[in-house]
Amino acid sequence: MIAARYIARNSAIAARLVGGEMMIMSATDSTFFTLNDVATVIWQAADGRTPLSEIVTAKICQEFDVCPEEAERDAEQFVNELSQHGILRVSELPIGSSSPAPPERP
Amino acid sequence: MSLLLEMNQKALELGIPTSVHMDLTYRCNERCVHCYLDHEDHGEMTTAEIEDLLTQLADAGVFFLTLSGGEVLMRRDFFRIVECARRLLFNVKVKTNAVMIGEPEARRLRQLGVEQIQISVYSHRAEVHDAITKLPGSLRRTINAIRFLKSQGLKVTVANVLMAINSNDNAGVMALARELEVPYTLDPTITPKLDGDTSILGLRIEGSELGEVFRNRELVGDVEAFCAPPPPAGDDVMDGYPCSAGHTACYISPYGEVFPCVQFPLPCGNVRKQKFVDIWRDSRQFKEVRSIRARDLTVCSSCAHVGTCTRCPGLAYIEGNMRGPSTADCEKSFQRTGIPSANMLMRARPGSAAPLVQIQI
Repeated sequence: MIAARYIARNSAIAARLVGGEMMIMSATDSTFFTLNDVATVIWQAADGRTPLSEIVTAKICQEFDVCPEEAERDAEQFVNELSQHGILRVSELPIGSSSPAPPERP
Repeated sequence: MSLLLEMNQKALELGIPTSVHMDLTYRCNERCVHCYLDHEDHGEMTTAEIEDLLTQLADAGVFFLTLSGGEVLMRRDFFRIVECARRLLFNVKVKTNAVMIGEPEARRLRQLGVEQIQISVYSHRAEVHDAITKLPGSLRRTINAIRFLKSQGLKVTVANVLMAINSNDNAGVMALARELEVPYTLDPTITPKLDGDTSILGLRIEGSELGEVFRNRELVGDVEAFCAPPPPAGDDVMDGYPCSAGHTACYISPYGEVFPCVQFPLPCGNVRKQKFVDIWRDSRQFKEVRSIRARDLTVCSSCAHVGTCTRCPGLAYIEGNMRGPSTADCEKSFQRTGIPSANMLMRARPGSAAPLVQIQI
């Protein structure tokens, strides 16, 4: 059985939703990212308490026309990349605190 | 195009202010000879007002937030303000003289995830630096603070304002920055005081010294490319806008006044009377600033430097016309390339009383 993975937003980042696209900058290495729609949904749902698999089935597969296998594969890749830059924290256990998601405006 | 430029372009098209420079106070523990501010508190925004404003800025889409002054640490609620800004996920940069930063303050700034600290250093020699700040011991305390901040892993930049009184110490400050392992920036811009007093402009370095700075490989990199004659300007340049002031960036004073930039004292509104987003979107002054394209500039549109000049619309405004030249930037273009600007040529014509090289306002 594959262990559940929990993801939480790191507090050492800056983030803002601009024109429907999430801008994120790591305070650790100043790497700048923009997230597409799917990645933005995952990032906003990264509260440290919801398993990644649940985010994929409950959010991604519901909101976007994508099969669960493909969505899970893409989500894993996205999470690995962001965790390498310190944007997301990943754990096999629920994570205590996650930085707040920015408001969904403008 | 880099991701950051792409986002900036998108913000420009959508009318989103991505960068805000906010002075939290004009009070300061130093009295720098070139400072353009007075140092009194004429009714600064309260903590609650600033926290509300930060929420408004986040809602408006602001990403880069520069907190400056005066000296930011003169505000007892400074860390509470930074805490609020970071909770709202701004990318926070702090400008400070760092005199009040010890180990605990450095640690707190690190914990809060501040992106960068910019610190003013005017000389590597205490007798020169402290004479400029008029605060005995300030260089020693500033250098100690840089070490505390670096030991916390924070990104620190040393900013040197180049004036006649410290122009010989440029290399010394650069060496100090190297020793401290921090990047170094140099700015020869001295602006008139906010009350219109231009006496401090006499502190500016001579044009010939500016020419030497522009030919310093350590400062500008490829000197030949940096000092190359400007290429002819195409339609893209002529249809372009002068700088980000009022387009994707603005400045907010400690009293809630909103301006296009810290160097552009055109009042556009006050957040104590209106919501920030209403000022940003609807102010007549912002609309006017946004309407200006390079081809609308009265003298500069016919200048050889129009595509490469660092012309500051704020300094032009202070000189009397936001569409006019900024003579300090004319001087920079001339010293960089040896080619006089259209403004210089116009002033040098018979009948003009102005000298060819004019940087005084």
